[in-house]
Amino acid sequence: MRIGVPREIHGGEQRVATTPDVATQLIKLGYDVAVELQVGAAANYSDNSYKAAGCEITTADNIWSKSQIILKVRAPENGEVEKLSAGQTLISFLWPAQNPELVKELTDRGVTAMAMDSVPRISRAQKMDALSSMANIAGYRAIVEAAQHFGRFFTGQITAAGKVPPAIVMVIGAGVAGLAAIGAAKSMGAIVRAFDTRPEVKEQVESMDADFLMLDFEDDEGGSGEGGYAKTMSKEFIDAEMALFREQAKEVDIIITTALIPGRPAPKLIMADMVHSMKDGSVIVDLAAEQGGNCELTEADKVVKTENGVSIIGYTDLPSRMAAQSSQLYATNLRHLLTDMTPEKDGNIVNSFDDEVVRGATVCKDGETTYPPPAPKLSAAPKKAEPAPAPVVIKEKPSVMGPVIGMIVGGLVLLGFGAVAPESFMAHFTVFVLSCFVGYMVIWNVSPALHTPLMSVTNAISSIIVIGALLQISATNATIMWIAAATVLLTSINIAGGFAVTHRMLEMFRR
Amino acid sequence: MMSQGIVTVSYIIATILFILALGGLSNQETARRGNWYGIIGMTIALLATILGVVERHYEILLVALLIGGSIGVILARRVQMTQMPELVAVLHSLVGAAAVAVGYASFMDPGRLSHFSGVELTIHDIETYLGVLIGAVTFSGSVIAFGKLSGRIGGKPLTLPGRHFFNLGLLLGAIWFGREFVLQSAIGSGMEPLIIMTVIALLFGIHMVMAIGGADMPVVVSMLNSYSGWAAAATGFMLGNDLLIVTGALVGSSGAILSYIMCRAMNRKFIAVIAGGFGTSGGTSASSDSDEDQGEVAPIDAHETAALLAGAKEIMIIPGYGMAVAQAQHTVYEITKALRAKKINVRFGIHPVAGRMPGHMNVLLAEAKVPYDIVFEMDEINANFPEVDVSIVIGANDIVNPSALTDPDSPIAGMPVLECWKGKASIVLKRSMATGYAGVQNPLFFKDNTRMLFGDAKETLDEVLKVL
Repeated sequence: MRIGVPREIHGGEQRVATTPDVATQLIKLGYDVAVELQVGAAANYSDNSYKAAGCEITTADNIWSKSQIILKVRAPENGEVEKLSAGQTLISFLWPAQNPELVKELTDRGVTAMAMDSVPRISRAQKMDALSSMANIAGYRAIVEAAQHFGRFFTGQITAAGKVPPAIVMVIGAGVAGLAAIGAAKSMGAIVRAFDTRPEVKEQVESMDADFLMLDFEDDEGGSGEGGYAKTMSKEFIDAEMALFREQAKEVDIIITTALIPGRPAPKLIMADMVHSMKDGSVIVDLAAEQGGNCELTEADKVVKTENGVSIIGYTDLPSRMAAQSSQLYATNLRHLLTDMTPEKDGNIVNSFDDEVVRGATVCKDGETTYPPPAPKLSAAPKKAEPAPAPVVIKEKPSVMGPVIGMIVGGLVLLGFGAVAPESFMAHFTVFVLSCFVGYMVIWNVSPALHTPLMSVTNAISSIIVIGALLQISATNATIMWIAAATVLLTSINIAGGFAVTHRMLEMFRR
Repeated sequence: MMSQGIVTVSYIIATILFILALGGLSNQETARRGNWYGIIGMTIALLATILGVVERHYEILLVALLIGGSIGVILARRVQMTQMPELVAVLHSLVGAAAVAVGYASFMDPGRLSHFSGVELTIHDIETYLGVLIGAVTFSGSVIAFGKLSGRIGGKPLTLPGRHFFNLGLLLGAIWFGREFVLQSAIGSGMEPLIIMTVIALLFGIHMVMAIGGADMPVVVSMLNSYSGWAAAATGFMLGNDLLIVTGALVGSSGAILSYIMCRAMNRKFIAVIAGGFGTSGGTSASSDSDEDQGEVAPIDAHETAALLAGAKEIMIIPGYGMAVAQAQHTVYEITKALRAKKINVRFGIHPVAGRMPGHMNVLLAEAKVPYDIVFEMDEINANFPEVDVSIVIGANDIVNPSALTDPDSPIAGMPVLECWKGKASIVLKRSMATGYAGVQNPLFFKDNTRMLFGDAKETLDEVLKVL
């Protein structure tokens, strides 16, 4: 089959759905790959590198009309849908919940459409989770943008020219983007605080060496909705949250907001009065700008400068601003999906609804709308995560009576034995019992690494049974003599072999 | 001719030397000295006996000693380190056979009836009987263990219907014929019950080891080691020889402790191992449920593996039986050297039951000249996994199975395992997706941070080494 990758036509979009590296791997899966002229120019991937990877460079029309599979970043727009025909497979971001008309149109045209944004959030599908890849980049880029507008160091310094305090960054929403922002800010030397409605992410935040802001609020609802996303919170909770942000706004230099609830406008978390209470020159980066923004004053795709000098960055295209990186990750996500859908590695795509991931991502197929899919079976963070079933170690209470009875019985048996056994036997028996104890004491000290040499040396030593045979070899009875001779032969194999092989092994144990 | 007193003193010296030999094995520095103590002790005991006790047939004796000794040395020189378990099993069988032979010879000695009478004779007969019994079980058990270890007999446990009753029957038979033997011995006969019992004991040894699965071989080998000691001790009682008793008891308790350590490392009851049939009952139904929904594995090739290794700071290598089978230990060490030259900290984590006998992996790594101070036991190393960047699991399965800790229904539940999944990434070298000896699917393979490198361990590692 032929995979076609057209150039993105959305204004300002710099990403591309495949990179030369990934194209090589798609070709390994048995596909032919065609890309439009200048497909990766905005992301700094030249046509020559695509050609070197084995791609065909051609025109948009050729790609739309002659490819069985179309890979894109953005959902089709401005007449791109009309270029699709029945039997083609389109894989891109589609946002089916927000774009019902697009879904209907794709369905009517008989296209099989897969939405990268609808890949279920299950562990197995993490490698195809383009939302996480993009969120990761957005979080990183948010810090870069903040640094650009901040005008100060992130890290504290003591210089000859005076002391510079470190910047304080507050990250609201510790999802993938939030955590990426925490990591980036932390590595630039800032003090980072983070807040999230989901208490279970506290550990993740702290693992990145940031402070988790606790809410002074008694509540057991938790903030986790289906699929590991946050959900809408109660009024009391929001009030407590607002009080926390109001207090923090006076202290921090940079606020990164990433709070999103799927399918709903972004919650308003940073009010105008909080912005005005911030220090001069502070920066707010609002990653939720596309959904209306977490800050009241955010304007999508713009940098707003308030009277007190606070910059509010509302870029909605942060991943596209790191096009080379985001193209590479997105293309790899696509490649993982295609690898899963090409079980035979023969360049033929198989859209099987038995695969939960494929089922979840497929928006329409064979003229039928298949969105929304049935609820995912496993969520990324199950609500009220059950404590992992600890290894069930039922320590049986050692019964005091057991050993006591055992010792009494054993003692009686020994006494009874001693009563009838002759003196000579008891002398040997004493030696036997004592040796058992000596063996017990000595062997526990043997290093586990030397267990094999231990076995071979004990084996050699146990051939001391040869003494028995030596005692018998002097017998005048020919049968006994020959049996004894044979025994000597057998045991001497053992003696020599056991010691020699032990020696050989021990020679190897060198530091 | 030496006096009896000198012989006894020599025996005492030999005893002390044997104890020192075992004590010397407590660490690698003193181990070689320990082995020399053993050799000297054995030489003293032999010389004292030959010079002090033996009266005639010196030529035959020396010829037997020389032939046997040469065979032993040749065996020891020739054996591959991967075949150590087989060799040890064969040597055990020789001790068993010797115990049987000495028992028979002693019984046939007509002087027996004039030396002993009454209770003493009864005890002597019981000693003879026990010596032969244990010796025969050791012999046939070791032969079967050798067959299983060398692949001449399948590794699958043989589970006869009603096998426990079969064993019980054999035991009762042995007791019954023991009684017959003692009664008949007093009136001068008794060879017949002794022979029947020997057959019973041989059958028991065969059946016992046949019923034990491949994964339990370390327990079996150490158990047979223990038996060979008890056989020697029983022979010592029979002959009234303290040196034999002491040595037998030392070896017997040594093997018993090893068996116990192995059982503990698998979280199995000793009785359960001996009763056999691992992975064939109970657990299988539970494990089949967990087969579903495991997700899928992420394969990796040699180039990517090499890149991953070169980029790591802390690497843990976890060898298993697969490394022994593929004879990959030398390549493993070449890779280790290449990585250590790049200032990467490479360590080895050894599970107590990795391989087919206690300490098997240590011997293989030692053969490849891996310095033993980078080889660690499971207990020493398990806490370090969170700092490990890449764990390489070479042909191991059950010993790195997380379900031993998480799934109480798993047949291996509660067995301590190497927790490599706590590291940043694991690479598992395997020939296929087949399950380990326990027959349990391994969730480790499906974890996000696990990559599977399929193929023969030696070939794939050679390739990795080439790239490095």
